[in-house]
Amino acid sequence: MTPHADPVVELRDGAVVLGGRPVVRQVDLTVRAGEFVTLLGPNGSGKSTLVRALTGLRPLARGSLSLFGTPMGSFRDWHRLGYVPQRAGAASGVPVSVREVVASGRLTRRRVLSLPSRADRAAVTEALEVVGLADRAKDSVGTLSGGQQQRVLIARALAGGPDLFFLDEPTAGVDLPNQEALADALATLSRSGSTIVLVTHELGPLAPLVDRTVVLRDGRVVYDGPPLDLSDAHGHHHHHDHDAGRHDHHPDVVAPWDREDHRL
Amino acid sequence: MIDLLGYEFMQRALIAALVTGLAAPVIGTYLVQRRLALLGDGLGHVAVTGVALGLLTGIAPTWTAVVVAILGAVAIELIRDRGHTSGDLALALLFYGGLAGGVMITGLAGQTGATLQRYLFGSITSISLTDIWFTIGLAVVILGLGLGLMPQLFTVAQDQDFAKVAGLNVRAYNLLVAVLAAVTVTVAMRTVGLLLVSALMIVPVATSQQLARSFRATVTGAVVVGAGAGVGGLLVSAYLSQSYDLTVPPGSAIVLLALACFVATWPLGALLRRRQQRSTPFPDVAPDEHEVTAHHDHEHGPDCGHLAVPHGDHVDYVHDGHRHAPHGKHYDEH
Repeated sequence: MTPHADPVVELRDGAVVLGGRPVVRQVDLTVRAGEFVTLLGPNGSGKSTLVRALTGLRPLARGSLSLFGTPMGSFRDWHRLGYVPQRAGAASGVPVSVREVVASGRLTRRRVLSLPSRADRAAVTEALEVVGLADRAKDSVGTLSGGQQQRVLIARALAGGPDLFFLDEPTAGVDLPNQEALADALATLSRSGSTIVLVTHELGPLAPLVDRTVVLRDGRVVYDGPPLDLSDAHGHHHHHDHDAGRHDHHPDVVAPWDREDHRL
Repeated sequence: MIDLLGYEFMQRALIAALVTGLAAPVIGTYLVQRRLALLGDGLGHVAVTGVALGLLTGIAPTWTAVVVAILGAVAIELIRDRGHTSGDLALALLFYGGLAGGVMITGLAGQTGATLQRYLFGSITSISLTDIWFTIGLAVVILGLGLGLMPQLFTVAQDQDFAKVAGLNVRAYNLLVAVLAAVTVTVAMRTVGLLLVSALMIVPVATSQQLARSFRATVTGAVVVGAGAGVGGLLVSAYLSQSYDLTVPPGSAIVLLALACFVATWPLGALLRRRQQRSTPFPDVAPDEHEVTAHHDHEHGPDCGHLAVPHGDHVDYVHDGHRHAPHGKHYDEH
């Protein structure tokens, strides 16, 4: 968006190895403050692994990563990160209220063995309002629909007041009204100057928010630039469901590299 | 009954039962949250080897049991941390190894099964004063850490990936829960016995989550049930032995009382869940076509007896498998 803004995420020659196999390789990625970047690519292209590496969940096999100009190894400003992991839901083995899940996102700002301050409680309430679930705060998270649970996870990431968000497939299996609610929440964030890195299969209502698209294929970046104009491609590729060999929900984005003459 | 409470051994037993009942469900809640309800059972089995080592070496079995149970807990946690698939199997291997090792070492120590049985099924009425202080001390540690670090332990048990990105040392907290579970096992060993330890950690949680909607309510309810069952079970067994000359081991009475609480709350919980599900709003999807309900004499209203469920900007009434929405003077099928 703004080419001169400070780099928030800087990955140089990044590679991630899982079980001896390089899953992400030779990835250079710089995300600047305020950008809304989507990582697209078919299943197994390494986009989830890449985002897990960017959050520090997966060690880099080679290359270097800095967040906010600090090398990952000495990065301690965890409150600046908001992470929405790829999960089926927000529930666990015991009943947990929506508010409790969201409040756990506030931990990055709280000291060990301290009670939540007024600011902590206000931040939790505000996060719930942004995702439109303030009225469900006391309900058990397990009684919410899948889409609502995703919104709870986003509120949890919001509660700590971060300025860099990593969202891993937040719209997977979410119905359209909930996707729209999600898009509203992300639009609010983006307007307030937050940097957002979103991994997704299908942009849906999120499409208008995107500043920049990065497409991964087989662990490498094959496209990095302005969002691709999907409206044209959509018309031709509506039959992609029949393409059973590839589970690619973004034929319009990846199709050019999928042709025989373009195979990497 | 009252004179029974005058005996010193009975007072000691009551304190032990109360303290164990308070502490065990706190750790149990984290185990259930992480879907590791059987971990306590595994640690109980491992602790059998610890007790046997105590019998063999002449060191107080409580101490050897604590040490061995903690080592077992660390081993289980490390195995779980390394490979996710083998965690369940590793737990099973430790179960059997611990129990068989314990029985064998007890034999080597020249002790009879009866000695071991005191630890397997509890011997709350023969608790010494030192044991009481030991029990209280460990229970205070368990409660202090389990409740004091609740925000951290809750977050880690809820979502490990998120906790890591929040900067929490997930491995250390997981290890702490496992070690606290091991300590709980040894605390509860004298009360309900190693084979029933896990029940005192898990059953109160299962009971309280029937009615609770939040984590905090689950923990509170579980502690109340645990302490109540601990004291209640002990009193029941004492009453039976005094009035009817029946020998009822207190450990079994405590666990059965906790299970009775679960059985009593389960139907209520099932009912609550059902009601909640039925009255969840219908998705805001407009019906395809305007379909008027055929001859409808009944008038739906707030007290008509039909379930009123929000649907977008209006209310549908669930009527005989249909959804009726008021529309002017008639009802629409939604």
